[in-house]
Parts: sequence; structure tokens; C-alpha cells
Amino acid sequence: MRKTWAVARKELRQIARDPLSLVMLIGLPAFMLVLYGFALNFDVRHVALAVQDLDGSRASRDLLGAFVNSTYFDVTAVADAGDDLERITRMRSAKAVLVIPRGYGEDLAAGRNGDVQLLLDGTDATTAQTILGYAGSIAAEANSRLLHRALARTGTPAPDMTAYEPRVFYNPELRSTQFLVPGLIGFLLMLTAVLSTAMSVVREKERGTMEQIRVSPVRTAELILGKATPYLVISLLATAIIILAARVLFGVVVRGSYLDLFVATVLYLLGALGFGLLISTIADTQALAFQIGLLTSLLPAMLLSGFIFPIRTMPAVLRAITNLVPARHFLVVLRGIILKGAGLEPYLEQLVLLAVFAILTLGLASLRMSRREA
Amino acid sequence: MAAAVELRDLTKRFGDFVAVGGITLDVQAGEIFGFLGANGAGKSTTIRMMCGLLRPSGGSARVLGIDVAKDPEGVKRSIGYMSQRFSLYEDLTAQQNIRFFGGVYGLHGPEAREREQWAIEMTGLRGQEHRLTRELPGGWRQKLALACAVLHRPRVVFLDEPTSGVDPLSRRRFWALIDEMAASGVTVFVTTHYLDEAEYCHRLALIHAGRLAALGGVAELKQVFAGHAVLEVECPHPADALDTLSDAAWAREVAIFGTRLHVVVEDAERGAQQVQEALAATGNTPAQVARIVPSLEDVFIHHVEEAEAQKAAAARR
Repeated sequence: MRKTWAVARKELRQIARDPLSLVMLIGLPAFMLVLYGFALNFDVRHVALAVQDLDGSRASRDLLGAFVNSTYFDVTAVADAGDDLERITRMRSAKAVLVIPRGYGEDLAAGRNGDVQLLLDGTDATTAQTILGYAGSIAAEANSRLLHRALARTGTPAPDMTAYEPRVFYNPELRSTQFLVPGLIGFLLMLTAVLSTAMSVVREKERGTMEQIRVSPVRTAELILGKATPYLVISLLATAIIILAARVLFGVVVRGSYLDLFVATVLYLLGALGFGLLISTIADTQALAFQIGLLTSLLPAMLLSGFIFPIRTMPAVLRAITNLVPARHFLVVLRGIILKGAGLEPYLEQLVLLAVFAILTLGLASLRMSRREA
Repeated sequence: MAAAVELRDLTKRFGDFVAVGGITLDVQAGEIFGFLGANGAGKSTTIRMMCGLLRPSGGSARVLGIDVAKDPEGVKRSIGYMSQRFSLYEDLTAQQNIRFFGGVYGLHGPEAREREQWAIEMTGLRGQEHRLTRELPGGWRQKLALACAVLHRPRVVFLDEPTSGVDPLSRRRFWALIDEMAASGVTVFVTTHYLDEAEYCHRLALIHAGRLAALGGVAELKQVFAGHAVLEVECPHPADALDTLSDAAWAREVAIFGTRLHVVVEDAERGAQQVQEALAATGNTPAQVARIVPSLEDVFIHHVEEAEAQKAAAARR
């Protein structure tokens, strides 16, 4: 225990001595949160819409009003007859162009179909998809209004219709920051835990101090514990800062218990620290350790964890691989606790997987460390 | 009394390369034992096997009666090791380094404080203990590294090239510390490639290409030239002279030392005359030929050449 403390105290002193590493460990996560929180916004609102209203009737103005009142669209340009519509999207003055042809109002009044056209900039597929959905539901709403009006005119009572009233739980406004913050925590903890542990051990190998420790009576377990504990504490501190920043900046509130959050995070961190140690037994230079860490933990934590890209839409092979990414399981638990206010019970499977990962990496790392020569 | 260190046919192979090829020797308690050889001769590999950092490919190394390969943990508490690379934490202060190494050796309480004070006194770092290690001059860092390696009062200390890159005055002070330690009964096993430092050692092992070339005290080793004389020759073209004299049967050994030649002959007077005549015949008349007391360097070269000759002979067969 004393020897473990000696190692941990030395590690803390070295971290404190190097302000850059401290900033990286604690400041960077908060900075990334701000960056990702504002930049990684999948919400589509206030889409720039250009309008070419060739009809100019009351009906066409109603339709336009429905688009604007939805708050999803802002009319940014008005095109006259004969304008090159493709030019509008090409010049990016609008994402979409709503074309209401001459005779739209008359057609409707005469009981015929009123055709309108939506031209859409499809370069950003995700956004285009979302816009398409909005436009479709606005058009459907307009249709049902027209139907009611027509029936009212003929004196027929309106038929019973399905009253579709969706309610979204946990994130009612469907704001993507709510959903990104947990992902960000998983990702950033990988960054600090895996990389900093791996680098701190490999640095000792590079400088020759590891050899000096290895001739001392410090046992491998004591060394690992002494090395990992400071980074565990710092990573937990970084987590607290992220959660605080998320609350202040984005209004993300932890609905579940902080104890559950702590337990899940420690479990995840143990695996990450173990993985960092494992990398340090493979790499002999800091540069190599950094590369391995980046490829094997950071990228998967970003791409294959469900942080940004939904796992459901991935091809089957990738989907299977995501099961090996601890961040994926951690995210499920984290979103449950932060967004749903759930406890740990529904996530036993994920927690067990995280524990298995932690035991595996820590066990392998200590095995390799104690067996190692030189 | 049992030897502090016993090596029996200690061997280390890396693939096909034999780094250490069967070394057998004993080091007595309280002895300063010098391990002398060129870079790459296998000194560090041997010392690392004795500390349990490398597993021998064959043979055994016993330290204080414990087989290091079988029970590396068993000796760790009783040995100190200072590696060739400067291995303190440069981003910690001198005091923090002392405390860390005391801590990993399990020192605590009054003993830890006492040893810390001892280390600060011994290194002469009083008043400087809060300076960062990287800011300390080389000689001080070397002494600090030694202090950290012996904080736990080991009975055997392994020093791997402890004075490389340190100025001569600091080297002298460093050796004074080693002398003190040995006087208090600590066994010191030290590698060096500085031949002048070998004079501080009680006994020496010369190793060449992973093999023991010679073993003994300094005076003992110089006995190889008993019945012979070593001549120092100063002439205009030493390289040409080397060729000329190497062909002469009466010159047993010829080696270049800077701008001079050392020639081993059987009789000083006759040999000097032969050298004069042989070189004058090639227009390379020596300015001076004088008998000298052989240095360790002469001894070392003698053994290396002998080993090379044996290897060449073995290859011919």
C-alpha cells in the first residue's frame, strides 16, 4: 500500500508539474464539449426557403403560411416567374425552393388536385431527409384542412379521422445536445484515460525510469494501482466538469442518480485504464502508443459507439463489431441515467460487459507487465 | 564466507547473437569489482541478468546465495541498481526523487526521514534539494542517482557505467563515495569503459565479445607482461611503422596509442635496437624508443588481440 502511494504521489506530482498535461486532462474535455455541443447539432430548424408563388391566390398564401408557421422554414428569397430555380440552390441562397404554379388556387376551388413542387438541395443527405419529412407533414396538414373546408361547403359532416398526436419522451424537443452529451462523456473519457495512462507508462520506458522501478521490490499490482489511480481520479473530475458544463451551457440535466452515474463511469474507466496499460506493454515509444491508442480506442469510441452515427443503420458486420467497443455499452447506460432517469437495473447486461472488459484488460496488462523482460 | 555474486557459465543469446557467452566468476563481499570492456562487449547485458531484468539463456547468476532467475523478487530488497541511462525523474525535485525511491523500497517513518537526510548530505545537495533534477549539473545528478539506488542500504550494488558523461573531478568524488560504501561492507559491481577508473577497483574482469578475457587484480593483470618489456616508440609515420613491426617475428605485440606505438618485446635493450634498425631501414627513423611501465590499456589490448587470434585460429580449423 505504501509503495502504491509512493507511485501515485509521484504520478500526481509529475502531472501537476506539467501544466500542459493537466490542461489536456481537465480543460480539453470541457472545451470539446463546447465545440461539439454547438457544432454537432443535428437539429434542422429555420431552413432557408425560396418561394416562387406564380399563383398569388389566397390558397397559395395559406400554404406558404403553413410552411412559415411551422418554424421549420424561413422564407429567405422570393423568385419571380422565369427565374432560374436551380441557380438558387446552386448559389446556396436557399436549401429548398417551393414552387406554386399558376392555377393552384383555381384547381383546388374546382375540386381538382393542386400541384405544388419542392426543389431540394440534396448535397447534405441527412438534412434533406429531415426537410422532406417536415414538408410532407405540412402538406398533409394542409390537405386535411382543405378536405374539411370542402366538406363543410357541401354540408357533409366531417368523417372521423385518426387524430395523430405524437409525444416524445425523455427529450421532448428532440434536441441533439441532450443525446450527444452522454456520447461525448464516453468519448472524452477514452481520450483521457487510455491515452494518458499509456503515455505515462511508455514515457517511463523511454526515459529508463521503468527499469529502475522494476529492480525495486514494487509488485506489478502495486505499480498498476499506483499508476492508474491518479488518472482515474482526474478522469472522474473531468466527467464532473463535463456534466456541469453541459448543464450550464446546454441545460442538460442528469435525471438519474449521481451514484449510478459514478458506478457506471468507474466501471468504464477501469476498462479504459486497463486498455491504456495494455497498449503501454506493446508500444515502446510515445509516438507509437499515441497511434495505437488513437486507432483502437478513440476512433471506435467516436464512430462505432453510437455517439454520432446510429448503430441501427450500420451494416451487419459493423454492427457486430460495435459489440466489442466498450463505449457503445457505456453510452446505453449513460443515456439511460442522464436522459431517462433510469437506474442501473435495466442495464445489467451492459454493466456486465463493461466489467468483463475491465477484468480482461487489467488482467492481460498485469500479466504482460510481470512477464516482460527488460 | 560465501561470495556475494556467483556467476556460473552465465549466457545470454538474442536469437543467433551471443551477447554473453558463458561467464563464470565470483565476487567477494565488500569488494569493488570492475567489469571492463568496450561498448557492446556484453557488460550491460550481464549486469541486467544479475538484477533480474533479463532472464539468462543458460547458466546461473546467484546474488547473496539466491538464484536471480528463479527468485528475482527475493534479491530485489538487497540489491541496488544504477542503470547506464540517467534514470531519475527530471521533472521532479531532488527531494521528490529521493522520497519516491525511498517509497518504492518501502521506507517509511523515521527511517525514511533519516535516509533522506543522509542522501542530501552524501550528495552535497543541502540547500538545493528543492531544485528540479533536470536543472542540476551532471555530477550532482549522478550522485543523486547513486543515493537513490542505495537508499534502502542494499548489500550488493550494481552500477552500469555510472560515470559516463561526467567531468573528471566529479568522477573522482563519485569514486570516493564508492570506496566508502565498499569500506562499510557493501559489494560494488561496476562496469566501465574508462580504463583509468579500473585502477580504483579491487579486482577486474576484462570482457571481450561476451567472453571473459582476463580476471584478477590490477597488479596481477599486468603480470601478463612479466618477462617482457613494453616499449613506447615515437616516429614520423606511426601507421607505416605498425605495418613494418607487425611483420617482425621478435615483436610480440604492436599497437597504436595515439601518435605513438607500443611494442612488446622480450628484452628491452635488444628490442629497442631492433625497432631502431627496422624502422630506419624503411626511412621512418624513430625520434625516441623508451621502455615504459605497462598500463591497463596495454593489458586490455593484449587480451583482446589474444582472443581475436584464438577466434581466427578456431575459424581456420
